[in-house]
Amino acid sequence: MMVVGASIAVLVTMGMAMVRALLGPTVYDRVLAVNMFGTKTVLTIALIGFFTGRPEFLDLALAYGLLNFIGTIAVLKFFQFGSLGASGPPPGETESG
Amino acid sequence: MESVVDLALLGLLAVTAIAVVRVRNLVAVVMLMGIYSFLSAALFVVLDAVDVAFTEVAVGAGVSTILALGTVALVGTRQQRHAKSPVIPLLIVLVTGGMLVYGTYDLPRWGQADNPIHGHVAPEYLADHVPLAGQDGEALEVHIPNIVTTVLASYRGYDTLGETTVVFAAMVGVLLLFVGTGGRRGASARGAGGGDDDPDGAS
Repeated sequence: MMVVGASIAVLVTMGMAMVRALLGPTVYDRVLAVNMFGTKTVLTIALIGFFTGRPEFLDLALAYGLLNFIGTIAVLKFFQFGSLGASGPPPGETESG
Repeated sequence: MESVVDLALLGLLAVTAIAVVRVRNLVAVVMLMGIYSFLSAALFVVLDAVDVAFTEVAVGAGVSTILALGTVALVGTRQQRHAKSPVIPLLIVLVTGGMLVYGTYDLPRWGQADNPIHGHVAPEYLADHVPLAGQDGEALEVHIPNIVTTVLASYRGYDTLGETTVVFAAMVGVLLLFVGTGGRRGASARGAGGGDDDPDGAS
């Protein structure tokens, strides 16, 4: 019963994150919505594992959490610097061809 | 309950797909494609295809989001409106989809033990793989403990070799493309810009 309630709550939250990703006026709203959606996917996988009686896939959910974090960092770094190769603000003219 | 989750995930998937087609802001489209990847990964987990789900998240939501953002940074964030009417492409897609759905009626019922796919080579692989009672492992054809690894690396070894060759060739091609544009852009920036201090001028 508890798992059913949690699943419904997670699905409703997924829908709300989707609304934010669709409407979001700024880029950061959408990034946050995608991050939120990844977290809800992690929770969905965990809940599916419990109500099908096979919680072995929890490690998959953990790996999703890590990937979601790294992906969000990568996207935000991309928006900040315009590329993923930069380690910080470029120190002037350092062109190497 | 499981079917409710399936239906909700499929509904969200449909909403995302329609939004990806309709939304004109390409950054939003990239973000929606990330959501699409997460949703289809959750569906793959529901369908017990855990390895496919893992690949879907790593490639779909991780790497291809970054690659698509790189493309958007090059081509601009607004999609241009098409003047052509979408009736004929829509008709072709609908007819093709209808034919594919019609084709599924010839397939055997889903998940039955006596389907042809379960009776062909799978029993042989399984019987050859698992050591029977009183039998030592020496009589087996393949000495790999995991059955999935056995099929991938031994029974389908040539297939996997071809796959890795294709992936390697694709990667070399992409790397060659990057090297080509980087060299040209660097040369043109040097020729046109000279010594400007703008760090974003080259891109």
